[in-house]
Amino acid sequence: MVEGQLSIEEYETGNTKHKWDYKKLKLAHRVVFEYNYKKGKVQAGYTNRTLYINLTTNEIKEKKVTEEMKEKFTGGRGFGLKLLWDSIKHTTRWNSDENELVITTGPLCGTTQYPGSGKSLCLTVSPSTDIICDSNVGGFFGPYLKFAGFDALEIQGKAKYDVVIVIDGEKGKVIIETAPLEETNTHHLNEQLTKMYASEDTDKSRQKVSVISSGKGAENSYWGCLNFSFYDIRRKVPRIKQAGRGGLGSVLRDKKIKAIVTKVEKVSGISNNPADPITLAKIGTKLHREVRDLDRYQCNMRAVGTAHLVEIMDEYDLLPTENYRFGNFPKASKIYSPEFYKHFTKIIPDGCWHGCTMACSKTVDGFTVMTGPYKGQKVTVDGPEYETVACGANMSIWDPLWILEFNFYCDTYGLDTISTGTAIAFYMEMYEYGILNKERCNNLELCFGNSEAVLELIHRIARGDDGEFINVASKGIRRVKNWLIKNGWGEPNIIEDCGMESKGLEYSEYVTKESLAMQGGYGLTLKGPQHDEAWLIFMDMVNNAIPTFKDKAEALHYFPMWRTWFGLNGLCKLPWNDIEPANNAETDDPTKVPEHVQNYVDYQKAMTGKKITKEDLILQSERCYNWQRAMNVWMGRGRRKDDWIPYRSMGPVTEMEYLSRKDRYDKYLAEKIGLFEKEIEKMNINEKMKLLYNFRQDQYQKLADAVYFRRGWTPNGVPTPQKMKQLGMNDHIMLKFLQDVIDKDDKAGLNVWGGKYRKGEEPPSIQPKYWEKW
Amino acid sequence: MENPKTVKILKFHPEKCDGGLLCEKACSKVHFKSDEGDDRSAIRIIKDGKSYKMHVCDHRGLCMDMCPVGALKRKKNGIVWLDKDTCIGCQACVGFCPISAMRKSDARIEPFKCISCGACVRACPNGALELIEINIDEIKEIIYHKQGA
Repeated sequence: MVEGQLSIEEYETGNTKHKWDYKKLKLAHRVVFEYNYKKGKVQAGYTNRTLYINLTTNEIKEKKVTEEMKEKFTGGRGFGLKLLWDSIKHTTRWNSDENELVITTGPLCGTTQYPGSGKSLCLTVSPSTDIICDSNVGGFFGPYLKFAGFDALEIQGKAKYDVVIVIDGEKGKVIIETAPLEETNTHHLNEQLTKMYASEDTDKSRQKVSVISSGKGAENSYWGCLNFSFYDIRRKVPRIKQAGRGGLGSVLRDKKIKAIVTKVEKVSGISNNPADPITLAKIGTKLHREVRDLDRYQCNMRAVGTAHLVEIMDEYDLLPTENYRFGNFPKASKIYSPEFYKHFTKIIPDGCWHGCTMACSKTVDGFTVMTGPYKGQKVTVDGPEYETVACGANMSIWDPLWILEFNFYCDTYGLDTISTGTAIAFYMEMYEYGILNKERCNNLELCFGNSEAVLELIHRIARGDDGEFINVASKGIRRVKNWLIKNGWGEPNIIEDCGMESKGLEYSEYVTKESLAMQGGYGLTLKGPQHDEAWLIFMDMVNNAIPTFKDKAEALHYFPMWRTWFGLNGLCKLPWNDIEPANNAETDDPTKVPEHVQNYVDYQKAMTGKKITKEDLILQSERCYNWQRAMNVWMGRGRRKDDWIPYRSMGPVTEMEYLSRKDRYDKYLAEKIGLFEKEIEKMNINEKMKLLYNFRQDQYQKLADAVYFRRGWTPNGVPTPQKMKQLGMNDHIMLKFLQDVIDKDDKAGLNVWGGKYRKGEEPPSIQPKYWEKW
Repeated sequence: MENPKTVKILKFHPEKCDGGLLCEKACSKVHFKSDEGDDRSAIRIIKDGKSYKMHVCDHRGLCMDMCPVGALKRKKNGIVWLDKDTCIGCQACVGFCPISAMRKSDARIEPFKCISCGACVRACPNGALELIEINIDEIKEIIYHKQGA
């Protein structure tokens, strides 16, 4: 592809071109029900209403967003939690009729001046975890939903046949229509729908359409992701970003939604109608300049996106390799970012929303598909991002082309690359140990590095193959663990310790063995082990900046709250600390990036016109964070037992892992556990591993103690009514429920600290029921 | 469409400039129908010791590759043109212009820039400004985002 200073018309991807009979596709559509609405105006970031659709009862209505709702839940993920609380039961599961798929925006979503302002937040009850999963995603849908008239979209019930939901912001109309003939897989479906629903046959017009879709893989697994499109006028393809975690795409397909389409009449720099557009433009331009001047010396996002992390993680022993057994690998340089840079198309503004100059959404265009139903076609592959590349490492796949192939099919089949990759890596390890074998795997040779088998597994999931293994494997690690143990294959302890899931969700791609704080960053989370709440490895492991439990707990309070804030506002986290002001290191607290925190204070103020301090931002988050934890408790999965993490994330499960880092672990036994060198020499490896195992398990429980206390929860991890009241969350049903749980825990003897405190060590509080004095 | 080969850009003769800023006022008239000059002018004349400097777009076109909606393009006459109706006001071009010649005024969200219309040339009583024709290839700039480049 030729690069630089071309007119839009001149760009050419070399992708295979398709000709579909649009007339025939359209003729097969039948309107099931529809609704006309009065087009409104966005005021200071809010439309002040949400859209409710029930596919079972064919009902569509608008719900008012009150000032109180804005005050308590801010927007975005907060609104999602509020809408779910009003609609689901504590027994609701992912495929219950009353489960909802909620897509929300947030007051800052859709701003074009400040990089990273186009995120949608998606929430539902997850098939993997049975609790609410929230996932953030780029693409145009969120901003367009708002400009079409709604702060959030709430879909309940299930359709009888495959439908497309169209929110037409041009005409002020919501239409539910059947769509029997379109493809289900994203890369074709998006192309069809974008063209079909654009008002005119021009790229400009297609850019005003955004589609949410998933794919065949989502129908047959718990790993379904949502693909959010953003039409690229240069490449002339609807590109995609994923709301990957937690099986949202599986819920979409369970509701028989093929796609959700939204279109707008116009987008301008002030579509959000900010209170103070002048200040907004100034803050945004300042950040654009920082990106211009510093990105190439910092993260190099504009060149290679998040893939720049591969080499860093490999160097620090954090790149998960062979199912997290190791953190680096001799072959890893084959998948470092320069290897992908070679394939990426360059000199295109690659933001997933307008004005994001961080531009991390890279693509490989004209990629020739090597396997499966689209073999031989040339396609645009969106990515790969760091997590997807690291999945390659985890499965011991060291060929960029196979990683691209994996990336492409996961996307178009609507599969989350993280869950898929992490789970397959676990199956591969079980295969290596003989716990799984070819016969048990429906004839797949799932050994580490077998890329063809990986792709074959994915194709078979998408085809709905009825093999027992394919069926269980597609439901994720937790179900496979149960299946292996039930069949009596392998030692249950090994199976539990090796499979990298917590709360039923697969881990994302970082090795956490040497960072206790990051173990908490994965385990002491709301939706499951995802690094979007906190990423503390360098702070903890490399810089040793948070040595005590109290320090770590403070970090595990502040950063999850801070990062939650992005999700309440419809923002991307990356422009906060993946670009830093030149003098950041000289500030009081470089890890917080104080100048950028101030940017966000000014930004929210400029949008809403309300007086805000940086403490208010944390308060906004704390309200929603505690509310979500309380909802987890309400749904039966929000207590200490649910914050369990597999030992693979804490230390060496196998002898091989211990031996591969023997010096490190021996030193740890001496320095942290206080053994003498001679004692260590005398011990055999099993004794050393056992000692390390017990010590690290206890460390994790002590960390949980400190974090629960800091967050204002009971020793069993339940948010206290006192804390909720302090935050202004006074819903009496919720408060009463929490009090009942705490009373029951008390009777069952569960309100006790989890760590074993020796002489000279103290738990966070020695007062029983310390929260009652708050 | 054949790509343009030349473009007219402004040339400044500081020895003839008396700092009257009639050029800025004329430019404001073109872009904002006002004669305030200053922040509302695409051309800026800045005092430089005893002399003056001109600060204006040189049509190198780097900004074209920054625009997410294709609002910036080279017109037939070679100038880099911002289409206000297509622009979504993201300020990416403003932030990334290496010489800060893409302007933003508080009057509207969309930026503005020199369009080589010659209003400033005509407004200058001293003939300090002139439009000269140059080859686009000589000024064209494309930036690859290589590490540390």
